[in-house]
Amino acid sequence: MTISTIVLATGLMLILIGVWGMLTHRDILRIIIGFSLMGTGSHIVIIAIGYVANGTAPIIDAGLSLADASSRSVDPIPSALAVTAIVIGFAVTSVMLAYAIRLYEAKKTLSIDAFMDSKW
Amino acid sequence: MRRGAIVLVVGLLGIIFATIVFNYSERALLPSLAEAYVGLVPRELGAPNVITGILLTYRAFDTLGEVAVLFMVAASIGLLLGARDAERGEAPENDKAEATPSTEIVQNGADMLVPLIAIFAAYIVMHGHLGPGGGFQGGAVMASCILLLVLAKPEFRVKLARLSAIESLAGLLIVLVGIAGIVLAGGFLDNRILPLGEFGAFFSAGAIPILSVLLGAKVGCELSVIIERFRA
Repeated sequence: MTISTIVLATGLMLILIGVWGMLTHRDILRIIIGFSLMGTGSHIVIIAIGYVANGTAPIIDAGLSLADASSRSVDPIPSALAVTAIVIGFAVTSVMLAYAIRLYEAKKTLSIDAFMDSKW
Repeated sequence: MRRGAIVLVVGLLGIIFATIVFNYSERALLPSLAEAYVGLVPRELGAPNVITGILLTYRAFDTLGEVAVLFMVAASIGLLLGARDAERGEAPENDKAEATPSTEIVQNGADMLVPLIAIFAAYIVMHGHLGPGGGFQGGAVMASCILLLVLAKPEFRVKLARLSAIESLAGLLIVLVGIAGIVLAGGFLDNRILPLGEFGAFFSAGAIPILSVLLGAKVGCELSVIIERFRA
């Protein structure tokens, strides 16, 4: 059991918890929380698959010389992707919360059972 | 019936994830693209932090698009929640009168913490090319400062017009730096329009610190606008 396997399993577990939460709850805020959990889990998965055995952060300083950077650092691309994913996750969550506020003002409830009339 | 379907879906997803975990083996070597980046960023761009080099030069176009997404989100939240304030008309004034002032401990705590958080945000933005940090992270810390003020002081108002002006100016300057890259260096958003300087020094890595500051200002303003819009 290597460290990145444990991190990968944790991230996938969080995704499962998020999907479970989104499917079982009827409250819009809880669905948004489930979505955020799923997003956080996928960030952890992205970081986990970028790990290289015995690697360190890809920052050249006293602890990591330029010569052995390619043998001792982790993959920088998943980390750069995770930054992007976090920002987009924040953007999506804030738009969802804004819609939740508007929906609450329309029906004075946050249960999705109240929003059936827009079905075609 | 419903519950059964949910258990089935989550169970099947769990089986897929379990096979991923059991067949996963930790990498022993960097993939060739990552190896190229780890070698190229310090040598070509003069930035010790490889991730910042990728985000602000090699894939800076993606970062620009991401900032555009954030701008779009700030605009759409303005559309969704801004109309609400207009409908209520006088409501913000009433809110101000009704809002219970927070206790002295919270207000003094906020007074003490806000400058420290602002300094920390500036540090994170300015050291993005040397260590962990950068424009996005520092901008988010800056917005947490605004969030603290909004929570601790009900009378505190974010000046939306001023923030929008700073944000637009920063966005314009980012694009101008990018175009300068086409004229003076290898391509759009190339950081070598300025001398690279000494490796690891504070003023080094060409245009990366400048882009970090602009990005930090833009992200901080956008997040502050979003926070202000969510105020009840």
